[in-house]
Amino acid sequence: MTQPYLSATHMRGGYGKADILNDCTITVDRGQIAVIVGPNGAGKSTAMKAVFGMLNLREGTVLLNGEDITRLTPQERVHKGMGFVPQTHNIFPTMTVEENLEMGAFTRGEDFSDTLAQVYDLFPAVAMKRRQRAGELSGGQRQQVAVGRALMTKPSLLMLDEPTAGVSPIVMDELFDRIIEIARTGISILMVEQNARQALEIADIGYVLVQGANRFTDSGKALMADPEVRRTFLGG
Amino acid sequence: MDILNALVAILNFVVIPAAAYGAQLALGALGVTLIYGILRFSNFAHGDTMAFGAAACIIVFWGLQALGISLHPLPTALLALPVAIAVTALLMIATDRVVYRYYRAKRVDPIIMVMASVGVMFVMNGLTRIIIGVDEIRFDDGARFVINVADFRAWTGLSEGLALRQSQVVTLVVTALACWALFWFLNRTRSGKAMRAYSDNEDLALLSGIDPDRIVRMTWIIAAALATTAGVLYGLDKSFKAFNYFQILLPIFAAAIVGGLGNPVGAVAGGFIVAFSEVAITYPWRKVAGYLFPGWQPEGLLQLLSTEYKFAVSFVILIVVLLFRPTGLFRGKSV
Repeated sequence: MTQPYLSATHMRGGYGKADILNDCTITVDRGQIAVIVGPNGAGKSTAMKAVFGMLNLREGTVLLNGEDITRLTPQERVHKGMGFVPQTHNIFPTMTVEENLEMGAFTRGEDFSDTLAQVYDLFPAVAMKRRQRAGELSGGQRQQVAVGRALMTKPSLLMLDEPTAGVSPIVMDELFDRIIEIARTGISILMVEQNARQALEIADIGYVLVQGANRFTDSGKALMADPEVRRTFLGG
Repeated sequence: MDILNALVAILNFVVIPAAAYGAQLALGALGVTLIYGILRFSNFAHGDTMAFGAAACIIVFWGLQALGISLHPLPTALLALPVAIAVTALLMIATDRVVYRYYRAKRVDPIIMVMASVGVMFVMNGLTRIIIGVDEIRFDDGARFVINVADFRAWTGLSEGLALRQSQVVTLVVTALACWALFWFLNRTRSGKAMRAYSDNEDLALLSGIDPDRIVRMTWIIAAALATTAGVLYGLDKSFKAFNYFQILLPIFAAAIVGGLGNPVGAVAGGFIVAFSEVAITYPWRKVAGYLFPGWQPEGLLQLLSTEYKFAVSFVILIVVLLFRPTGLFRGKSV
């Protein structure tokens, strides 16, 4: 079996002395959608931040395309092809939508107009407001700008920290549709989600974390069908 | 006729001086607001940076004078300005290396940065005095007036005179150019947008691959350019005196806060608001009232506040804004 595109294995670590992650493993293949779900305080976001290098790991390794990136800073990981959309503060509020996207492409010296066009194709609502300040947009549109900004770095792995937090169900469905579209272009997606049911429906692989460790790992559909997962995490 | 005389008096004693003073405050406030927005602290050393920049400009000006170079009828100081900006920018970057970088790396609270800047203020204050002394220095060579009182009376036949000094015109023109250049840089260039992005959301800017050291360096260079220009214009208009720049710090901060800290448009507007309030409140309106209401013989000078108390105006504006609109008129960051 070939190695998955992202393979973060046996991660252990936390912010202070206490470990939040206890032997947590996350892998994502090319073009796959991986979703991390679990109860509050299970370490879902922490696991993603660990993959992105925002906290120091005491144990475990992170491989991206076979390359060990465990010791790299988040900025260096962006250069390696990781795109990260934080849960909050994920846009430049006083800058226009187009400037937000431009900043995403900051490190790319070359012409980025084709990527810009792709992002606008993907999010037509955002394209209509390209001259408007991003801080004045609705919550759902801000999320689209945030995802668009991350896409401008041309990532091969896109990480989303609760992209649907605080948006309406209709906007959430649309955002998930867009995420599927992004994955079809070959970009791997790693996503932390509070809305576990909807997220697992689109997931190729789902990780249920409990207390910083993997409890269940299976395809999204299988997890949804698993009676124990349903009973404990999905509310019946 | 009397209404015209009243208008000329207002123009001569309020509008023109306040516009020139407002432009100087606006340039100062732009520097303060830029440092606040990007480096995230109130730089108390900004007034003395202006003094140092002006002193550097005067020294270069003396050198040019000794060489017999003049920009007549414009003030020769304008020729010395670019050199003075370069010297001040070097000093700013050196100060950042020695003082601020250490605290930034430690991610200290803004108040510690502010206190550090107070220390820098004292050092720069002393440095300026050692270099150029404490005496009053005039360096406004070139033509004195664009319009002088006698000519104006002869042209218009009005009894009220109007003077437009060259330093005032130079102040307004240079300020307009500096603002245009700054806004063009911030809104149109890649580096300027990166600075705004860094100001908006530092973490996301880092994730977008923006180099923080470069942003910090550019900020100091621009702040030095703005401070030096403001200091030189203020000195041309009112003569150079090292201590004056410490006092002007208060109206400058008032201007930046009124406009909304971190917001450049607000800083410019704030500069003019503070200047016009200060001049209008300390101006004796008796003469204007005499033209408008010939029958009225007021007892006093109709001066709301004597000029000694002009700094109180800045304080009052500050308090009112902070009470009713803490983020300033143009939605900056709250203090």
